Amino acid sequence: MERWRRAAKRARQSPLDDLPFALTREGPHGPVIHATNPMAELGGVLIGSRAVDARALCPALMLAEADPAADAAALRQLALWARRWCPWSATDGADGLVLDTTGSAHLCGGEAGLLADIEARLSSIGFSQRAALAPTWGAAWAMARFGPHGAQILSPEDMASRLAPLPVRALRLEGETLLLLRRLGFKTVGSLLDIPRMALTRRFSRIAADANPLLRLDQALGRLPEPVNSPDEPAQFRALVKLAEPIHDIAPHLPDLARQLAADLARQNLGARRLRLWAFRVDGDIGQASAATSTASHDADHLVWLLGGQLAAIDPGYGFDALLLEASDTEPIRPAQPGLDSRADSGLPLPALVDRLIARLGAQSVLRPMLRESHIPERAELWVSALTGAPDTLTAPPVTALRPARLLDVPAEIIVLYAVPEGPPAQFIWWRKTHRVTRYAGPERIAPEWWHDRPGTRLRDYYRIETEAGARYWIFRQGVLGDGRGAIPRWFLHGFFA
Amino acid sequence: MAQPTPLPTPISAHQPPTARRQARSLRGAGSAPAPALWDVFAEPGGMAPATGFVLSHITDRPGAILWVQDRLSRLEVGAPCVHGLRADLGITRPLLMVQASRPLDVLWALEEGLRCTALACVIGEIWGDPKALDFTATKRLHLRAETNGVPVFLLRNAATANLSAARERWRIAPRPSAPNADDTRAPGDPRWQLSLFKSRHQQPADWEGQHDHTTHRLHLAAPPSDGALAAGGQTRTAIAAG
Repeated sequence: MERWRRAAKRARQSPLDDLPFALTREGPHGPVIHATNPMAELGGVLIGSRAVDARALCPALMLAEADPAADAAALRQLALWARRWCPWSATDGADGLVLDTTGSAHLCGGEAGLLADIEARLSSIGFSQRAALAPTWGAAWAMARFGPHGAQILSPEDMASRLAPLPVRALRLEGETLLLLRRLGFKTVGSLLDIPRMALTRRFSRIAADANPLLRLDQALGRLPEPVNSPDEPAQFRALVKLAEPIHDIAPHLPDLARQLAADLARQNLGARRLRLWAFRVDGDIGQASAATSTASHDADHLVWLLGGQLAAIDPGYGFDALLLEASDTEPIRPAQPGLDSRADSGLPLPALVDRLIARLGAQSVLRPMLRESHIPERAELWVSALTGAPDTLTAPPVTALRPARLLDVPAEIIVLYAVPEGPPAQFIWWRKTHRVTRYAGPERIAPEWWHDRPGTRLRDYYRIETEAGARYWIFRQGVLGDGRGAIPRWFLHGFFA
Repeated sequence: MAQPTPLPTPISAHQPPTARRQARSLRGAGSAPAPALWDVFAEPGGMAPATGFVLSHITDRPGAILWVQDRLSRLEVGAPCVHGLRADLGITRPLLMVQASRPLDVLWALEEGLRCTALACVIGEIWGDPKALDFTATKRLHLRAETNGVPVFLLRNAATANLSAARERWRIAPRPSAPNADDTRAPGDPRWQLSLFKSRHQQPADWEGQHDHTTHRLHLAAPPSDGALAAGGQTRTAIAAG
């Protein structure tokens, strides 16, 4: 929710806090509520309820789609960012972080200071949080979610007594186990602690380890170890050069930087997909240039060429004293075996060509076809940017009907003489020029796709026609007279046959 | 229309297949000695035939096709339709499409593409007669094509045949299609009027090409002489002689 709010604020579309607002995700029967703001909560909108029901309860509710994958990615990043407080951190579920602060709390002024710092810093980047510090992961989890408000610090001595009043859900249990415990009459952690262990062990002997209340209890009380599996930081590929004297021209230094970066990448069999050059000016300003490649590359000359065109646009001011070249996005490259005849291919490889074209003309100008299953001609093939890496081979079910060699992006409207209502075209005017139709084939009727199109979209009757001059066109009539979807049908020219 | 005597002798489609094959091989030997720059001019309504003509000349060389269009070409005559190219012209290679806004960018992209030997061919579409497309530009394209062995085709629409270094220059117009055996009212296999008006390797000539959409081959035949006119001309000469 808060990630969404930050994004919305950046786009200046942030809704007011006093309006009910909720995020939705796809459920089995239509969208369900994923997260709410306080106003929506007051309006009775429950997380997990269906969006239509929530709308009925709270008619002013505004909805937007949640993006759980991006949320998870943001949380992973946040976990790395949290290493400012301790060396080990990991994500915990979809909404939590766990930090192992063993031996690092004193750096922030003790445990209370550490928690205060965490709260202050997370609030300053716009995240609300509930933090708790405890000797075990399980206890901290329980206190952060089910404990009293405010920062909680548990010591090994009072851990059991302070966990006791919490509900059994605080033991990280879900679903059937929870149901079973409720049926057995266990409501709090304390009630589980009071029961003889043997009885519980027998009862829950067949339950998986992560749903077993006894195991969870032991983990929370520190009788079973539960180490934090802290993921490694992603490797960063950077090449930095600090200059003794400020320079005005970056170009002579760029090849060295690129070679250094390319060597680093090549050592790990990685290639750069995105490159960024930072030029630090003497007066503190930073100039930037960035480039992207269609396939990962660690060819230094190629990287230099891609950035080379943008160097002139960086204002040198009083000169630069440091340059940093960073591969911000990398991908593995499989080392290629050169041919057995050891004859080096002298030409430019195709991916390099794509990158060069994109560097000069822009990513939206270099396209690859993407075939899709659709009967509507313009939907059956899409032109997507070559940067997105469409497959090289065309693997889509072939359309059995004849299709023209060339297709207009936007069908051109023509005036056609035809036998009303569904006769073949006899003559048409395109660009003030009259063409007499000598032969025709068709119609090929293509119905609108109701799952895409708005209601009221008319069908198309495609004709393959040949004019007196011999030119072959693909024209269509949009709709039929009297189909109840508009007035007189219009005709369009859509393609050219060879 | 004056009929130049074509070399090699174009023969009609009704001749025995051996003769036809011979003619094709002759044409084949004459048309592609080395990858070069070809200028292909489309007469009004002839852009799709010109596209088909160019695509039927792509050799067996593996690789993708780089297709560069300027903005006007895309607006006026559309983009190649992948389904159409597959079904009608038998082109299943990967396509790389470049949309440039200026003719200068088209020429730059073509030159850049010719450096890449992994391409099967490079096709450029330029509308009209821009200043950037002068003799020097065509010469550069041709030299690049020759050195790297990648053929380049310039598809020109609404253009005049100015000075150019192209090795072959064609003019393509549509012709009424072949009779359709299944449906007499429907258009059949496409026929094109192909006139080679400048060539380094052979004398200029006219052909009528018919593209077979099942085998994806281009059959060449002599242009149909206008029977009535020719007969009339003969009679007139006869009278004059008599």
